[in-house]
Amino acid sequence: MQFGIFTVGDLTTDPTTGQTPTEHDRIKAMLTIAQKAEEVGLDVFAAGEHHNPPFVPSSPTTMLGYIAAKTERIILSTATTLITTNDPVKIAEDFAMLQHIADGRVDLTLGRGNTGPVYPWFGQDIRQGIPLALENYALLRRLWREDYVDWEGQFRTPLQGFQSTPRPLNGVPPFVWHGSIRSPEIAEQAAYYGDGFFSNHIFWPASHTAKMVKYYRNRFEHYGHGTAAQAIVGLGGQVFMSKNSQDAKREFRPYFDNAPVYGNGPSMEEFTSQTPLTVGSPQEVIDRTLGFRDYVGDYQRQLWLMDHAGLPLATVLKQLDILGEEVVPVLRREFAKNRPADVPDGPTHESLRLAAERSSSPAAAASGVRDDLDTAGAIAPHRRATGAAFGLAGAGKTGA
Amino acid sequence: MTERTLAVVSAGLSQPSSTRLLADKLATATVARLADEGVTTRVVTYELRDYAQDVMNNMLTGFANPRLEEVIEAVTAADGLIAVSPIFTTSYSGLFKSFFDVIDNRSLTDQPVLIGATAGTARHSLALDYAMRPMFTYLHAVVVPTSVFAASEDWGTGDGGRIDSRVQTLPARIERAAGELSALVARSDRSSRVRDPFELPADFNPAGMFPPR
Repeated sequence: MQFGIFTVGDLTTDPTTGQTPTEHDRIKAMLTIAQKAEEVGLDVFAAGEHHNPPFVPSSPTTMLGYIAAKTERIILSTATTLITTNDPVKIAEDFAMLQHIADGRVDLTLGRGNTGPVYPWFGQDIRQGIPLALENYALLRRLWREDYVDWEGQFRTPLQGFQSTPRPLNGVPPFVWHGSIRSPEIAEQAAYYGDGFFSNHIFWPASHTAKMVKYYRNRFEHYGHGTAAQAIVGLGGQVFMSKNSQDAKREFRPYFDNAPVYGNGPSMEEFTSQTPLTVGSPQEVIDRTLGFRDYVGDYQRQLWLMDHAGLPLATVLKQLDILGEEVVPVLRREFAKNRPADVPDGPTHESLRLAAERSSSPAAAASGVRDDLDTAGAIAPHRRATGAAFGLAGAGKTGA
Repeated sequence: MTERTLAVVSAGLSQPSSTRLLADKLATATVARLADEGVTTRVVTYELRDYAQDVMNNMLTGFANPRLEEVIEAVTAADGLIAVSPIFTTSYSGLFKSFFDVIDNRSLTDQPVLIGATAGTARHSLALDYAMRPMFTYLHAVVVPTSVFAASEDWGTGDGGRIDSRVQTLPARIERAAGELSALVARSDRSSRVRDPFELPADFNPAGMFPPR
């Protein structure tokens, strides 16, 4: 299982000091935070994409490219990449480029974006959000998987004989998570391709997330990528910790009360009881996070939002120390317990590369497993075997 | 015996509230009309004042807490709705509007609705037709032709011998509106519909909608 952090890159006044960082300070802070994430042993750093203040990260691959050079191990991801308003051709190019620079340590989470004016600013119509997400991704997938693409769609200039460069590293496209809070269409899309489904359930009740993930898992099985339990699930989360639970609450409360998203609304106590936000001791965070498994099943990736609402850099770095030293090691151990052997690990470039090798083997060719329509086939452990196991997977597919 | 569910939403603020009083009179009259047609009615009544903070929290956080979720479920799944608001500053109250702002704008489609309002004087009565009726029409609800407005003075009128006069008294208006609503509620199957929040459009294609099928 993979653990990491994601940032939305908000430029927010620290309510305890009245200080607002400059854009430059905030961007540099994000770079420091990303490197710290690797240092404390996390697996993933993901950056948001925004095109309006108070958010600073408009160019994720520029930022992630720098972080790639400064780190060695951590996976660089997004939270999220706007599949609706970005040209899929540019996404294909940018992320393939980043993949080469980072030696494969790249994946991305696609989202539609929730800021209305961004659509018209980029020449799109928000009412077409879902059709844009479907069509643009269908093209993005082909650009990474086919050397020359002839294509025509509803939203973008047609392509004749177009080749996106550079080609994905080792011929293995970056893994894609589809992020959605409430649209079954997106869960369906993720299931259709056998891609990952990321539910950022930090602002929504657990019961809602449970239903969405269950739907995705069932559809994943329906489309023949493996069993529902083998679907690739990621979750967002949000924590603030201190050795003593009361100290954590006291320290975080002014940030909660003034946070751009939920500030001046429900009390911190109401919000923590209704959503996965956890403010307390490391042990409370461990218990709450382990509880996620009870309603989404064994999953592959847990990301936390740590640097928002004006929290100063020093505080965030301290939080990351606690996360890396006291929380994640315990979670790794506990999540590994009773985890069925056939539930895949979080996807990496290496696991996808090995899978691609297997699916191009004669045994795989005979089984009819199609890599272009079956991302998850890549990482499902039961398909690491040859022969009968592949046959089973192939049989599942014919039902789709 | 046939069963139907009737939801009543009152946005009155004072206690006791004449808005709630009007809502209850409309509900009682509707239930009686349905009983005449052999329909048993389950009435669920909500005073929005009790959920004022939940409604505002929903506006700010984007999701309904479990308490409010229960109300929204009950209201949107009912066979009919009686919605009553005080008139403030020429329109329905902000609380009334906020409640209908946080529910999904497709969830009242086809719902039979009887609208009512209260105010100090009859000069506010048209607010029902220029504000509340268009709001429900926007939501694709089916608003019955008679809306019921009660000014303070209406609470001092009877119907003795005036039913056939040119001035319709409050009890007469309530009766006429209840008759219109009960006829639609009796035919409604909303409360027995199985709703699947994950149901996708029939033409949905996860690989994109082009070319159209």
